[in-house]
Order: sequence, then structure tokens, then C-alpha cells
Amino acid sequence: MAYWIASSPHNHIQDKTSALMRLVIYATIPGIIAQWYFFGWGNLIQIGLATVTALIAEFLVLSLREKNIKEQLFDGSAILTAVLIGISIPALAPWWVSVLGALFAIAIVKQLYGGLGHNPFNPAMAAYVMLLISFPVQMTLWQPPLSLMHHQLDFVNTLSVIFTNFTLDGYSVEQLRTHIDGFTMATPLDTVKTALTMGKTVEEAMTSPVIGEYFSVGWQWINAAFLLGGFVLIYKKAISWVTPASFLASIFVCSFIAFMVSPDTNTSTMFHWFSGATMLGAFFILTDPVSGATSVKGRIVFAALAGFLVFIIRKYGGYPDAVAFAVLLCNMAAPLIDQFTRPRTYGHQ
Amino acid sequence: METVIERIEQGRFWQFHGGIHPPEMKFLTTNKPIRTVSLPQRLVLPIQQHIGEAGELIVKPGDYVLKGQPLTKTTVPLAVPIHAPTSGTIASIENHIIAHPSGLNEMSVILMPDGEDRWRERHIVENYSQLDKNTLVEKIANAGIAGMGGAGFPTHIKVNTKAKIDFLIINAAECEPYITADDLLMREHAASVIEGIKILDKILEPAFILIGIEDNKPEAIDALNHEIKQFDKIKLCVVPTKYPTGGEKQLIKILTGKEVPSGVLPSSLGIVMQNVGTCHAIAEAVISDTPLIKRVVTVTGQALEKPQNVWALLGTPIEHLLQECQYPQQQKRHIIMGGPMMGFSLPNTQVPVVKTTNCILAPSEKEIPDANQEIECIRCGQCAEVCPAQLLPQELQWHAKAKDSEQLTKLNLFDCIECGACAYVCPSHIPLVHYYRVSKAEIRQQKLLDIKAEKAKQRFEARKARLERDKKAREEKHKKAAEARRARMNSGTEEANKEKSAVAAALARVQAKKAQQSGVQANTTNDDKKSQVADAIARAKAKKAGQSAPNGDAGDDKKQQVAAAIARAKAKKLAAKEQANDDSAEENINAVETKPTSAQDDKKARVAAAVARAKAKKLAAQEQPSDVGTDDTGKSPETISSTAEDAKKARIAAAVAKAKAKKLAANTESDDQRTEGEAEASTKDKDDVMAEAIVEPPQETSTSTQDDKKARIAAAVAKAKAKKLAANTGSDDQRTEGEAEASTKDKAEVTAEAVVEPMQETSTSAQDDKKARIAAAVAKAKAKKQAANADTDVKQVEGEAKASTKDKTNVTAEADVEAAGETSTSAQDDKKARIAAAVAKAKAKKLAEKAQKDNQTS
Ligand code: SF4
Ligand code: SF4
Repeated sequence: MAYWIASSPHNHIQDKTSALMRLVIYATIPGIIAQWYFFGWGNLIQIGLATVTALIAEFLVLSLREKNIKEQLFDGSAILTAVLIGISIPALAPWWVSVLGALFAIAIVKQLYGGLGHNPFNPAMAAYVMLLISFPVQMTLWQPPLSLMHHQLDFVNTLSVIFTNFTLDGYSVEQLRTHIDGFTMATPLDTVKTALTMGKTVEEAMTSPVIGEYFSVGWQWINAAFLLGGFVLIYKKAISWVTPASFLASIFVCSFIAFMVSPDTNTSTMFHWFSGATMLGAFFILTDPVSGATSVKGRIVFAALAGFLVFIIRKYGGYPDAVAFAVLLCNMAAPLIDQFTRPRTYGHQ
Repeated sequence: METVIERIEQGRFWQFHGGIHPPEMKFLTTNKPIRTVSLPQRLVLPIQQHIGEAGELIVKPGDYVLKGQPLTKTTVPLAVPIHAPTSGTIASIENHIIAHPSGLNEMSVILMPDGEDRWRERHIVENYSQLDKNTLVEKIANAGIAGMGGAGFPTHIKVNTKAKIDFLIINAAECEPYITADDLLMREHAASVIEGIKILDKILEPAFILIGIEDNKPEAIDALNHEIKQFDKIKLCVVPTKYPTGGEKQLIKILTGKEVPSGVLPSSLGIVMQNVGTCHAIAEAVISDTPLIKRVVTVTGQALEKPQNVWALLGTPIEHLLQECQYPQQQKRHIIMGGPMMGFSLPNTQVPVVKTTNCILAPSEKEIPDANQEIECIRCGQCAEVCPAQLLPQELQWHAKAKDSEQLTKLNLFDCIECGACAYVCPSHIPLVHYYRVSKAEIRQQKLLDIKAEKAKQRFEARKARLERDKKAREEKHKKAAEARRARMNSGTEEANKEKSAVAAALARVQAKKAQQSGVQANTTNDDKKSQVADAIARAKAKKAGQSAPNGDAGDDKKQQVAAAIARAKAKKLAAKEQANDDSAEENINAVETKPTSAQDDKKARVAAAVARAKAKKLAAQEQPSDVGTDDTGKSPETISSTAEDAKKARIAAAVAKAKAKKLAANTESDDQRTEGEAEASTKDKDDVMAEAIVEPPQETSTSTQDDKKARIAAAVAKAKAKKLAANTGSDDQRTEGEAEASTKDKAEVTAEAVVEPMQETSTSAQDDKKARIAAAVAKAKAKKQAANADTDVKQVEGEAKASTKDKTNVTAEADVEAAGETSTSAQDDKKARIAAAVAKAKAKKLAEKAQKDNQTS
């Protein structure tokens, strides 16, 4: 007779890390759908490219490290990283951008630091920042929402652009981005920033066609979709509500104060919330447990700092969006934050 | 405290951090009553079932025991007895596997029930309120009750606290999933539980009694409520269900809002906690005189066909309970003792039920699957969120894997209650608690080693300090002794003055002698008369020496005389050597200061001298073989001075001293290499010895002046000795040196003393013409001899000396041999004496002749 010996506790929640990761991946679906709806197939293709690259890279590195390949390859963390990279990269960026990004994220940022659980930086954001710095042109190739484009961009054309830089009809990305009126359309954040540097008021900047009716055409809905996905995660207890709440509150407070001080040069709080990668960052990136702070108090500090940095960089920095930079900076601060937010052990002063 | 009660009455409680809600699974057993199971084939009773120490066995194999009869007795407070759960025979007492996570074996009593279940005599207590506290505590102790919630701490210790108790908390939370033992007990035996609580109330006299129970036990709550209606003091606190509410620290926090400081017992906060099961056992023990021999055990799990709570006799093998609850035969068995959160899996179903066994869990594969593969921590922080001790399990886990015990201690690893909440929620399925247990064990082990090492170090240092102290004390003692001597000399008392004057006298004598000697030397060869005198003396000496031969010891007058003679002879020898070395004489005198008392009192003086000599001899005897006796020798001067007033002794001593001196001389001669080796070690000592020798001869002369006979004898002896010495010295300088060195410093000093003493005598005699003359004669004789020895004679003398050689240690023996060389007769026999004298004369003549020859040749 064989007796089965184990250490207590004997029962266990049935959740697993891989299940958690999968849930997070599923939660990005509303956002991806919104992206597809407003920007076409571009991001889906990028996600596919990044995922394949990430899995291959993970496989190679794991076999080099002689780790338990099957278990770790599909623990979901690599795929999640790839998905986040695919979402963040401009839809029409050349194929090698996402391939390079995924490769960098998995092989260097994650595995070189010791694999899952040991990477100090969020792999997706580190890759994004690397790409942004290395290839600023390609990384700002954000097309305008489909509704504003005068060229139809179906799947085959998108694929063609990504791999050859030209549509089947021979249009370049630049041409695709050009408004009927002859100017290049940027992202709303970009647009506002450019307008402000040109001495316009926010009021005037907001008249740009990319802004549209509310905060920004397309982007606001994409953000709303990620917000929805985030709620699902919170509901499922996959992430704690503390981090996104603290992050959003921090952005809100910062932009509100700025807006109160000078409404002409500062965008509204809601513009901050619903443009760029705010919601993606709040629910899917800052909540990455590995590179974040661990205690509840630590997470509040961590996310609040990120929110503050996002605001500062958006307002004063050279790049239009700031979530990736802010996240990396906070990753660096996380160990320190952990150090100072240790809970008081029961029975200790 | 009021506010605590107010809050409780309003149903508001505090909260502890974290906690989890694992599936309760209590439905498996809550709806069935507690069943009594059949008697097992045999009972296995580990003699230690609690925290503390095992009791002492009072039964042996083959004994028949009655139900409730104690099997062990307690000799120390932390011990708890065990009792026979039913009547039967002790089959054996052996090591048996016990309920322990690592499947340890422990001494157990194996009891074969006879099926009759016969009780020992019991004394039912109708009204326990008449009993005083101590009796109650004693009853609890004798009933073998140890905490039944899991830890098994002896209950009588816990309730016997001196602290003032504000809250007695009854732990009825039973927060572990599956377990319903306490629940059922409260439902079926609420009255008994409350009785037990009241007994505790009487012992502890708390301000309030709080029963903490989770809200998932409505029937038990009803039952208790019914029982406590009349008692205002008891508050039933129905708290929300959350694991681990039943943890002692957690329940205290929930009910009182206080945190038990780390490393402190709750009683320091005025809180004592007892389990409901324990309360029931206390009531049974006090009221119906039933010791703890059975308990409720939840036998549960979906692998069982009939999970149920049972009354299990302590010692029942788990297998028996599983069979009773219909555990299917299966190849792979997963049996857990305790709950799923904190229990441990059993390696064997022969493990017996013990006092702390509250649950046997036999889960199905589906319920509790095999452990999942552990993957890396993703720092999700969920573990920290649920930790009731507010630790950081993920950080602890890293440091545990890295074996960083310092960090672990800093992160309060030892505050972990091993509740398992962290590991329960960990999505990476890291067996966190297992890591903590291993680390805790390692750290404890390390601490033990550290303590051991520390102790060893302390022992070593203590020893070093002791040796150091001893050394210091010794030095101190020596210094004091030396100072005392000096002080005595300088103190200005009569005695001191005498001492001083004696020293002065000695100095004077030495000078006189020197002068004399030089004079004598000049005359030696051509003064017949003197040589005659010398001859006579030599004869006398020989006779005496003969006497001494058989018996060198003191006490007997004759012997004493002989000894004296020998000593003198020896001294003479030394003196001969010394002539060459006048300078050192003065040094010696200081060392010798002890004897002078006798200077003005002849008799006494003589006695003292004798004593000194005797002692010196003894010392010398000791000294020669080994240096160890240094301390003793160091003391000798003092002793000698004190004895100076005893005449007889003194004489003896003097004799001994002389004898010794002789010996030394002899030794030196006989063994060149040996002596040389020693010699080089201390040249100074050598000087001392020689100085002594110089001083001695005068003394002899002087003694003889006052007492003619004695004086003559002494002179003779002295001459004889001088001859020998001279022979040695002259012929072989190195050899003599060796001799001197042979005596260690102490020895040297002693002998020096002996020498000084004689000097004093000499000085007395200095004023007496006769004496002076004799002395002169002696000196002349010596000078003659010396001269003679200077070369040719050496061999002969050496031969003689060698006869006595090898045994340095035995002074008397040597003396004997020497004496024998001259005469074999005893001193009391006139004839012999005469013969001896003749021999001596002959020798002296020979020597004289040689000396003459030599002189001429040279
Ligand atoms: S086992 Fe220890 S570390 Fe884990 S939750 Fe319980 S007390 Fe905290
Ligand atoms: S619950 Fe497990 S994976 Fe999460 S932080 Fe704790 S140890 Fe790491």
C-alpha cells in the first residue's frame, strides 16, 4: 500500500498561475476588438507576430536553460507579454518591429533575468520603450481611425503594408495617414501636444478631427473597452482593484490640479483617462505582479507614482504617451517601495 | 475592558488580517451524532502525548490494568500522566510509530483489552464548588488533560497561572475545514462543557468568560445559549467564519482587539484560552473522576463511505477507525491526521489516536488532488494578503530557498503560525509552509550549535583564566614570602637586630676565615704540628662518620652527631672549592640570614644549625631528582628559622645540611657530563653553593672550641671533607662546577643557609683563643689537602666518591658509602672508632705526602 505524504496545507485553491494569465489575456479581448474596429487588422497581425516570436524565443531559451519546457511555455506569461506588445505597437508598423519587440521582451527582459517571477521590468513595456527609442519613426506610425481614412484598409492590404510598407495599390503608410485636407493625422495625444507647442490653446487643439466628438475618435472607445476588461479581472479577483484605482486617481488629481490652474494649457482629466494607453496601463500593465510592489500599501504608492509620472511625462516629456516610461520608472522603484511598505507583523510594534 | 464587553454585546468584533475561506466540507459529518466504535484489538498508548516531558512508567508488561488506571506517574510539573482507556493486560512496552509529521517512533504501552471494560474505583464529586483551587488543579493534572485543540499543552500548567485574568476565552471556533468534533461535542454535551467552564472559572476567577464560536455552527450555538442563560459572566461570541479564526492569537484579536506581543504568553495580557474539548474533559475529570481516556474524533473525507464523529479511545489505531467508517481498500492511500490546512499526512495507519487527535481525513482523489507542480513565484502578493500574521510569505520563501537565516529572522519567520493560508492561495502552488518548517528547523538547529560553541568557548576561557589566576597567586605568594622575610629583617625588633648582627658577624667571619686560610696556605707544608692536629681531627671525623653510616636520621643523639660530622666534612669540601671564589660569599650571607638567632645563644645556635642542615639535606634529597619541589624549598628558610630555638633539632639539621653538601660534592665528581649539563644552566647557583661551603668550616671550628670534643670531631670531619673536595676541585674544575650547578637555585639557597649558620658559631668562637687555634689548624690541614689534590690524588678521591655516586637522591646512602670508605665500624664501638681514626690518619698522611710532593713538583 502506498501512502501519499505531503506537507500541509493539503487543500488548495484550484487557481493556477497559468489560469490567471489566461484570464488576463481573455480580458484584453474587448480592447482588441475595439482596436480592430477602429484601426483595422493591424494590431491583430502584430499580436500574432509577437506571439509566435515570443513562444519561439521562450522555447529556445528554456531549452537552453533545461527547464521544464512544457509547463512554462504555456504558463501564459509569454503569450500575455506578446499580446501586450502587439496591442501597443502602431498598427501599421513594419513586421520586424513586433518581432524584435517580442524577442527582446522574452529573451532579454524576462529570461536573462531568471525567467518568470524574476524580471524586474515589465517585459512588454521594456520592449516598447526599447523600440520607441530605437525606431522612433516606425513606432509613431499610428494611423488615424479607419473612419477618418480615405483609403480602405482591408486585411490583405494591412498585411501588405506591414510586410512591404505599401498597400497592394502602392500607397505608402505616410499616404495612408494623410487627411483628405492634406495634413498628417497623428494620435490625439500627439495632436494636442503639437498644438500646444505651436501656441494654441487646448480648446483650439480639441477641434482637430482626430479628437472628434468627445476626447478622441476611436481611442476613447478602446480605453473604455480595456476598462471593461479590467472590471472583469477585478471581479474575478485576478487583479486587486487597488492598483488601477490608485493609478487613475493619481492621474485624475494631477490633471485636475493642472487644469484648474491653467485650463488653456492643460487637457481635461477625462482626456487623460481616455486617450493613449491609460486604461491598458491601469488594468493590464501596472497590475503585472512580477515587476510591481507586493503589499497593498506598496501597490498604492507604486500606482500613484506611476500616475504622477504619466501626467508629468505627457505634459513635459518629448514623447506623446508616457505609460511605458512611467511603468519602467516605477518598476525600478518597486523594491524600494516594498522595503518601506512592509506590513507590521502581528504582535510586533 | 468595559468597551470590549460592550462591543461584544453589540455583536461587533475586531478583525485579524488576512484569512481565507476554503471549502468547509463540514456537511460530511455535522448531521450525524457521535458514534461509539467497537473496542480495537489492541491499544497503543505513547507515554508522551503532549508538549513537555513524559511521565514515568509505573506498569510493566504482563500487568493487568483497570480502566482509568494510571500507566505513568508525573514527577515534574510539565509531565502529564496517561491512563488505561479500558481494562486489559499490558502486552509490551516498546517503540511504536506515533502521530508525528515525520513518523517518529516513541515509547508506547501496548494494551490488550479484555473486553470487560472494568473501571477502577471512582470517586464522584457531587459538588465541586466546595473544593479549593489546588485540589481542582491537582485533579486536572492527575486526569492527564492536555490541550485538546491541537497543541497539547498541559492544562494544569495553563490554568495555574498567577496572573490576574481578565478574560477566559473558550475556543469553540473550529475553523479548520472538515472538522466537526467540537461542534458535535457542544451539541451533545453542552452541559458538561459549561460545567468545565465553570470549574475553570473557579480556578482562574476571570472577569469575563468569552466563548468564541464561528457562525457556521448554529446548533451548537443554540445548545450553548440554552446552557448559559443564567450566567451573565459567560458571553457567547458568534464570529464570522474565516480561517484561521481558531488560532489563539487570531481569536484573541477578534474578541478583545488585543494583539499578543511576539514571544509572550497571552496570560501576560490577562487572557487564558481553553478549547471546548478540554473544558469537557475537565468536567469529566473533576466531577466523575474520569481521566482523559477517550475523545471525539472526526473521521471524514469523501473516500469514506460513512464519515462520522466517533468517540475514540486513546490509543486506537487509525486503521480501526477507518474500517469503522468503511474506508475502501485502495492502493494509494492519502490519510491526514488533523484538518486539511494544518494536519499532516500519515505514513502508516497503525498510528494511534492521541490526546490531540481531532480529525482523521481520508479525502478522495478529487477532493485533494496530488500536489501541483510548483512553479516560480510571480510576486502576486496574494499570500501576503491572506497571512494572519501579516508576514510577507513570498519574501520569506525567497530567503528560505536561499537559506538566509538572518533575513528570515528579520522578517519574523518565527511569528508564522503555519496556518497554511499563504500556501493555500498561492497560484504558483509553492509549498510555502513546508519551506518555513524546514528553515525554522535549520535555524533552531543552528542556534543550538551556536549555544554549544559558545559554551565550549566559555569553558576554554574560564580554564585559561583559572590557570592565569593560579600562576598569579603563586607568584604573589612567593613575593609575599620574600617580602615577609625582608620585613622581618628590617623591622627593628630584637630579633631582626639579631639577625642583622648575625649577618654582620657572618660577614666578619668570612673575612676572618679568608685571612686565616691565606695564612694557613702559606704554612701548610712545613708545619708539623698543625698537620698533626689535622690528623687527629680527621680521625675523629672518620669515627663519627662511621657512626653515621648505618643511620643518617635525626632524633638520636649519636646519629645526630654523626650527621653533623658528615655535614661538616662536606662543608669543608665545599670550602675548599670556595677558596678560589671569595666574592660569592657575601651574596650567600644575605640568603642565609635566617639562622642568626643562635648567634648569642650557643646551644640554640647549634641546634638551629643542625636543623637547618637536616632540612637542607632533606630538601637536597628531594631536589635532586626533580625540580618540581621548588615551592617547598622556597619555604624552607622560614621553617628553619622558626625551628632555630629547638636545640636538638638544630644540631640534627646542621648535620644533615652538611651531609647533603657532601653528597652534592660527591655527585658532582662522579658524573661529569650530567653535572656539567645541569651546571651550565645556573652559574649563579654554583656560586651560592660555594659560598656556603666557605662559611661552614669556620662554624665547625668554632663549635668545637666551646665543646672540646665536639669541636675536635667537627674539625676532623671538616678536614676529611676538605680533603675530598680539594681533591675534586683541584683536579677537575669542570667537574666541581658541575656539582654546583647540579643543585637548582632553591637547593643552593638552602645550603647557603646552612652555611651561614655555622658561620655564626665561628664568630662566637673567634673570641676564644682555643677555637681560633683549632680553626687555624683545620684550615691548614685543608690547605694541605687541597694542594695535594691539586693533581695526582684526584683519582683516588674520585674513586671513593664514585662509589656513592649514582643515587643522588639518597643523601644518607651516599653519606654512608663515604663513611664506609673510611671506616665500616660504628661510632659506639671504641675499637672500631679507633680503627677508623687510624684509617683516617693514614689517609691524611698520604694526602699530606702527596701534597708535599706536588708542591715540590709544582
Ligand atoms: S503559514 Fe505563516 S506565512 Fe503562511 S499565512 Fe500562515 S502565518 Fe502567514
Ligand atoms: S502567492 Fe505564491 S506566487 Fe503569489 S507572491 Fe505569494 S508565493 Fe509568490
